[in-house]
Amino acid sequence: MRSSESDEVSAPAATAAGARAVQVRGRRAPRTFPFVLPYLPFLFLFGIFPMIYAATLAFTNDTGAWAGFGNFERTFTDYRFVPALLHILLYTGVWLSLLLVLVVGLALLLHGRANRVSTTYRFLFYLPGALAGAASVLVWLFMLDPSVSPGSFLLRNVLGSHLFVESIAPGKLPFIFAMIAFWTGAGGWIVVMYGALNTIPHDLEEAARIDGAGPVTIALRLKLPLIRKWVAYMAILSFATGTQLFVEPQLVNQASLGLVPDTWSSNQLAYQMAFRYGDFNAAAAIAVDLLAIGLFAAVLVVTRTGLFRAED
Amino acid sequence: MRHTARGFRSLILAAFALFFVAPLLWLIVAPTKSDEELVTRGTFAFGSLHQVGEAWAHLDAFSDHIYRAWIANSLLYALSATAIVLATAIPAGYGLALGNFPGRRIVLTLTLVVMIMPAAALVLPIFLELNAAHLIGSRLSVILPFSFFPFGVYLAYIYYATAIPHDLLDAARVDGCGEWATFRHIGLPLGKPVVALVFFFSFVADWNNFFLPYAVLGDSKQYPIQVGLSNLLSSTPSFNPAVGGGGQQVNIFRPELALATLLAVVPVAIVFMLSQRALVRGLIGGGVKE
Repeated sequence: MRSSESDEVSAPAATAAGARAVQVRGRRAPRTFPFVLPYLPFLFLFGIFPMIYAATLAFTNDTGAWAGFGNFERTFTDYRFVPALLHILLYTGVWLSLLLVLVVGLALLLHGRANRVSTTYRFLFYLPGALAGAASVLVWLFMLDPSVSPGSFLLRNVLGSHLFVESIAPGKLPFIFAMIAFWTGAGGWIVVMYGALNTIPHDLEEAARIDGAGPVTIALRLKLPLIRKWVAYMAILSFATGTQLFVEPQLVNQASLGLVPDTWSSNQLAYQMAFRYGDFNAAAAIAVDLLAIGLFAAVLVVTRTGLFRAED
Repeated sequence: MRHTARGFRSLILAAFALFFVAPLLWLIVAPTKSDEELVTRGTFAFGSLHQVGEAWAHLDAFSDHIYRAWIANSLLYALSATAIVLATAIPAGYGLALGNFPGRRIVLTLTLVVMIMPAAALVLPIFLELNAAHLIGSRLSVILPFSFFPFGVYLAYIYYATAIPHDLLDAARVDGCGEWATFRHIGLPLGKPVVALVFFFSFVADWNNFFLPYAVLGDSKQYPIQVGLSNLLSSTPSFNPAVGGGGQQVNIFRPELALATLLAVVPVAIVFMLSQRALVRGLIGGGVKE
């Protein structure tokens, strides 16, 4: 599930909103609670309450009695827990590096270009975003099959695989999943970074140029530091999203006929705990681990980057 | 020197354009070839339209027209949830931006936090909750969670906080409009661009969602297309020869699978084109220049 990608795209609009909202409320503010009322049951039932309920399940046993950290210990010592955790950490690490280097690099490259060229490239980079979900994984299963892939030359020589099963060998999976995620999501982030670069005042760039700075110096010493908030935002959010990986390994598990385990990622393990074993308390414990990462990242973004404001 | 740098830059950009677009081009051409031709003919060579018809006939025959049911399900889930999102998120954003009430700040903060959190983190907790409420296996167990879209509320909030002249609203009130009439006659008509934005993001997020429906639905007739695709994948021999015999029976091979994937993207492409003007104005153009 990658609905967060959609969040990324229009985030730049957020920056100035807080300040304006403050002005408004200085005057006599109308009471608008009734407008917000229909939204509240949804916020509560599908945002807040599931977290509370999962936490409750995680700290109790199947009879509803208090279990302390029992479920957490039990799942942590499960033989599949640590491998799944290592998988998603490696995957997230690879994906994050790809995003940080390539998204920022490509956005900087595009920012120096003529407008029309840059618009075309941004559009092309953004296109695969339409295929998030199972569709993108299916496309990449084809791309990884040396017998039909347009990149079969690369598969044979770089990946060393002559058969589809060799392309999805366990050691390669974190890299392949990172590439799929990069393919679908990078375009959206490039649009965000480009938008952030556009907020840099022209005079600043001009001044640096007069002082004799070349395009590379301007990109790395002037532009990059000025968009660092957005880079931090992307890194935090992607870290949290990466740890939740589910669709990609689940589909590869089905395509590989069990060669890739159905507990490859932590979220899959939680899912199996609930579905195969009916152990909802264990499933909740892992879900709470993952929720904690997501919550921590979200609170970090809200309180530290200053990109989103909700103050009075 | 300068010339080489520019050439190098163009080369990098072109290489990445190829990386992003080539798989899409392959996907568009693949259904025009038979399974055998996919292997023997050039990767981007065009086969024939007749072959596309053949692939569709096989796909449509699969499991008693279930592919059509999956697309219809996806449309039902995404459209009904997005309708609820529009009915709740637009007024909520308006109310949060232009008014005040006790608890306003906490609603905003919670909305922000849930919006920034990865959506996948909430799937199992929502599953556990729906399970306790005995809603698992019902279509409502997909539509209701989809109807909660905090990003839509935040978009509407930002829009109304920045883009609406407040004197206009005050003028309406002075003229005797109540809060509701002010929203209906001023807020809503001026909010058209943000309605288009929220529609786009909500629809696409719902359409592409795999994990939640996968977890809460049991009957394959209720699957949305994303989960249907995974079902189709398990019944083809394309990637695992072990299903070989099964593949022969259901006639689902790589061209059928490629066509199924391609058709699954079409609604997103249509919605993208419909909301494009609002998107370009909202995000790429105005969003960043203050």
